[in-house]
Amino acid sequence: MSSNPHLKRVSRQTWHFDQNVRLQSSAVAVGPKEGEGPLASLFDVIHDDMYAGQNTWENAERQLLEDAVSAALKKAGIAGSEVDAILAGDLLNQNITTNFTAEKLEIPLLGMYGACSTSMLTLATAAALVNAGYANRAIAACSSHNATAERQYRYPTEYGGQKPPTAQWTVTGAGAGLVGIGGTGPRITYATMGKVVDMGIKDPLDMGSAMAPAAVSTFLAHFQDTGRKPQDYDLIVTGDLASVGYPIVKELMLAEGYDMDQVYNDCGLMIYTPDQDVFAGGSGCASSAVVTYSHIVDQLNRGLLKKVLVCATGALLSPVSTQQGNSIPCIAHAVALEGGQ
Amino acid sequence: MATKTKSKPAGSLQMTKQLYQQQASKFQPKRNVLLNSLRAFWVGGTICLLGQAVQNMYIHFFGFTEKTASNPTVATLIFLSVLLTGLGVYDNIGQYAGAGSAVPVTGFANSIASAAIEHRSEGLVLGVGGNMFKLAGSVIVFGVVAAFVAGILKSLINMFF
Repeated sequence: MSSNPHLKRVSRQTWHFDQNVRLQSSAVAVGPKEGEGPLASLFDVIHDDMYAGQNTWENAERQLLEDAVSAALKKAGIAGSEVDAILAGDLLNQNITTNFTAEKLEIPLLGMYGACSTSMLTLATAAALVNAGYANRAIAACSSHNATAERQYRYPTEYGGQKPPTAQWTVTGAGAGLVGIGGTGPRITYATMGKVVDMGIKDPLDMGSAMAPAAVSTFLAHFQDTGRKPQDYDLIVTGDLASVGYPIVKELMLAEGYDMDQVYNDCGLMIYTPDQDVFAGGSGCASSAVVTYSHIVDQLNRGLLKKVLVCATGALLSPVSTQQGNSIPCIAHAVALEGGQ
Repeated sequence: MATKTKSKPAGSLQMTKQLYQQQASKFQPKRNVLLNSLRAFWVGGTICLLGQAVQNMYIHFFGFTEKTASNPTVATLIFLSVLLTGLGVYDNIGQYAGAGSAVPVTGFANSIASAAIEHRSEGLVLGVGGNMFKLAGSVIVFGVVAAFVAGILKSLINMFF
């Protein structure tokens, strides 16, 4: 498709970046459980306690976000003052992790909220700003913390209520990517922005089922808009569908005529091993951010992967909407990363 | 573009909500009710056995009667539950035992202590004070309402029969 190499707007949903926009550096910071996971060797900062040396969990999450952004800047060898914008978001009310951290960073802020889809929402928008020339360099970042998410969305962390096997474990971590034109790092070529999809799932402890149709919707748009097939990618990941949503996506895609076998995985299944007691798998903004900004970027840079599509999935619920009986609206944003060094 | 052949806009799902929920349900692992019941039975039973042992202790060594021993017994169980909550153990027991550790008085104590700990960072008055009954509050409200209704019924029955 896109015979015109300088076509920017491919469709209502899909953007093409024609200016050699690259993910010039990226970094992640995580908590203790993630530091014991299978991808730990690629993490830039691993805190061995949930407080990350702070007095509250909220402050700990800010520390993680700051660590990730600082490490990404350090890897690129530039100062924060050389970055024109930071696009970031988190799961806490009024985006407090993002807003408080940005005050320290002194980089112009565009706070964004897309629940757990924030990782790709920010990356796609950062790439668009850079491609269009509104920023020379921009940082995309997001964070989540198991204990702050539990407090806000569920019960006190020490409450002894039993969770069902469909529940997920919010990833404690943050990821940041530096986007600019030229240089080294994976190219950001396409972004497909999702529409909100609500298939009537009401159980907030089964977000995999709720979010799967949103991922399918975005995949369908992406493949139709770009003319690509799943097999054109070496790897396609969703953000945090875990062991419930993952097979649902596979089946729905197959029914739509797209065989995802061999190329499809889920960050919520990649970040932990099954024996880590995480129910169905990982969730949270950091699930896709941590896996993408460490493992996937590393594989692209080393040439082990050539083309990757990251589709971050978000459940746009709040405790109030859940208690008032509303079903869970969901969204997914996909970004295509290609090549490496 | 592939969309030419289809009338629906790109990215639309063809299935209805109802059909999707049916299809998704086969991928949703169900709770193992039998295993959960067994776990609840033995953990809940053990907590009650412990309570009985504590009560016997108060009766035999501290001179309480069967009736007066219940207050210090409940206080002891609450203390143990709050201690285990503070040490970060009770939530693990709860995940394993389900109703077995939620139904006894220890579960009630856990719901209050866990909320108090959680909101400590928001201050003693508005944080701890304002939130510690967040989960337990509705148990108290409906417990009192149920007792009130039962009391009225009892009086009415005594009046007429």
